Amino acid sequence: MSFRLQSTGRHAKWLFGAATALVLAVSSAASAQTLTIDSWRNDDADVWNKTIIPAFNKKYPDIKVQFRADPPTEYNAALGARLAGGTAGDLITCRPFDASLDLFKKGHLVAVDDIKGIENFSPVAKSAWQTDDGKQTFCMPMASVIHGFIYNTEIFDELKLTPPKTMAEFKAVLEKIKAHGKYTPLALGTADQWEAATMGFQNIGPNYWKGEEGRQALIAGKEKLTDAPYVKTFTEIASWAPYMGKGFSAQKYPDTQNLFSLGRAAIYPAGSWDIPIFRKQADVKFDAFPPPVPAAGDKCYISDHTDIAIGINAKSKNVEAAKKFLEWVASPDFAAIYANALPGFFPLSNAQIEVKDPVAAKFVGWRKDCASTIRNSYQILSRGTPNLENELWNVSAQVINGTLKPEDAARKVEDGLAAWYEPHKKK
Amino acid sequence: MSTIAATEEMAEDLAGRRGWPLHIVVFLAPAVLVYSLFSIYPLIDTIRLSLFTTDEAGLYHFVGLDNFGRLIGDPTWSGPFWNAFRNNLVFFAIHMVVQNGIGLGLAMLLSLPDLAGRNLYRTLIFLPTMLSVVIIGFIWQLMLSPLWGVAETFLGFFGLGGYFGPWLGQETTALATISLISVWQFIGIPMMLIYAALLNIPDDLVDAATVDGAGPFHVFWQVKLPLIVPTLGIVSILTFVANFNAFDLIYAVKGALAGPNFSTDILGTFFYRTFFGYQLQVGNPTMGATVATMMLMIILVGVLIYLFGVQRRLQRHTF
Repeated sequence: MSFRLQSTGRHAKWLFGAATALVLAVSSAASAQTLTIDSWRNDDADVWNKTIIPAFNKKYPDIKVQFRADPPTEYNAALGARLAGGTAGDLITCRPFDASLDLFKKGHLVAVDDIKGIENFSPVAKSAWQTDDGKQTFCMPMASVIHGFIYNTEIFDELKLTPPKTMAEFKAVLEKIKAHGKYTPLALGTADQWEAATMGFQNIGPNYWKGEEGRQALIAGKEKLTDAPYVKTFTEIASWAPYMGKGFSAQKYPDTQNLFSLGRAAIYPAGSWDIPIFRKQADVKFDAFPPPVPAAGDKCYISDHTDIAIGINAKSKNVEAAKKFLEWVASPDFAAIYANALPGFFPLSNAQIEVKDPVAAKFVGWRKDCASTIRNSYQILSRGTPNLENELWNVSAQVINGTLKPEDAARKVEDGLAAWYEPHKKK
Repeated sequence: MSTIAATEEMAEDLAGRRGWPLHIVVFLAPAVLVYSLFSIYPLIDTIRLSLFTTDEAGLYHFVGLDNFGRLIGDPTWSGPFWNAFRNNLVFFAIHMVVQNGIGLGLAMLLSLPDLAGRNLYRTLIFLPTMLSVVIIGFIWQLMLSPLWGVAETFLGFFGLGGYFGPWLGQETTALATISLISVWQFIGIPMMLIYAALLNIPDDLVDAATVDGAGPFHVFWQVKLPLIVPTLGIVSILTFVANFNAFDLIYAVKGALAGPNFSTDILGTFFYRTFFGYQLQVGNPTMGATVATMMLMIILVGVLIYLFGVQRRLQRHTF
């Protein structure tokens, strides 16, 4: 009996020793100037390992970088657990707005205002990773996605159409394609709801609410969602229904993509992230036009949505190396590599970059003529219950389905916001 | 000397056995431990969590029953909650009527004495139950798709093409459609349970009734049905518990926002959105726990009604 006990004791000791050795080995390896990046972009792991990290090592050969990605839906939870357990990477890929702001408030991220290169970013580019007062920035902006319309050039040639500049022209084009009868004019479905809100409402909306001006006014409570610009946007997307695919209320995002990439639909309200997908899958030639303006001569606005950034784990042992990496992320070199390795994700810095993909280049080219803004529900306004972003998905799908009038949709989202957001509360 | 020592040892042994029934503990331990750890503890901890709220810094504060008051009293919470509850009742009603009704009919057909290919039918009808919900959802969405689906063409063969619509996308039809998909998947379970019960009915009883002049219709209503009522009770309560815990099919087909306009939102999807959050909506563990506790209460009340109102009045027959 006593012999057995002793033996288990020895085993336990051995196991404990091995575990300690392992932990020590891992942590010492990590401290030798190795940076680990936590990210949700598992789709881009190849691009990071084969293009981006080697480019960084050309300049900084003595800093080893490791890219570690989780599936997008699990990232927030996994990162939270790692931060709590002290095993998170040195560099943390930042979601826009509240998810990252929360990390900063809890002390997991350090401010990056003193890092060289931060001055290359405009206030809008930084807004997604700043405190509400805009005084502290906690992540280095990496990329944005831009909304617009992708169209099938073959169908446009066949029907002798030109890309529309105003909403009236847009309608005329849709009408012509419909009259021809062979193609679905507009590839858009409402089954997933976000398509209606993101590809519809947030795509053309900035032209109505004048981009940043309207977005800021909404946050300040000076404008309400029941005001004319928002009702007009809802009215506009509601009028698309006759031009959409048969049974569009049961059409999901992959259906929409297939409809366009198989050449059965002429116009696709897009996010720029669709470009690499269509490059791989579409059998058709395609080009893009910016969201049409309400009337000829109006100033144009685009949704240039800040989507991804990178920050430093406050508990990292390699803060100096991490800062060097962020400096590099802020440089034009990185911007050029990132933009061309992942066409459709556009660098946020002010540096002039040559984007080689022609359609992606067109998207990013709109920045010159049009003013950039971000989706109006992302900053501050989606903090409470009911959640503005979710509500917008719901009502946008409903106005296109014809089950809710544009005015009622506007009232519903405004009431939801007024239920918890002080500047919108009825006095 | 040695014999005395041996007897003493035996006596000690006996006393030990009588004093503390160790074997009972040993036999109970696995079940008690596993259930306590993986069922009872999480359940109690969920109820505990529902009595707290979190602040900005992530600290928990005790608030008593405030969360329940909010869930029932505050329109921003009670609206979605009652909507989900109503939809769940419809979901359950469709399962009770269609799934269990057709399940009973199929079991009757299967138990016909001179049916050829019985095992083949049984296997085929039970097969969908064993498939993954994700596959079921995908296949049915594809079949019902207005763009590429076969449903419209199929209806066209019977001249019914005009009745086709985007059923999964319309507020009025989405919940019924998704309920019927779920019915299609799980119909094998009531069928098998009822079929087993029907097999247990001795032939003597049926023969006696037939000799007394009862036709097949009478035999079913007067002899077989009363004998399988306990099984129908079990089937009903299983359906009830499964439906009020349902989540996966709706999440797979309609996503966590359960559109259009929350017309397919049931308690499971409502709980998911509340607890884990969705897109920009940040998860709220304490309100999520409150919803989960309410679900527990609803199921508990249903099961108790069944237990005291139905189960105890049932007459059981043993043959």
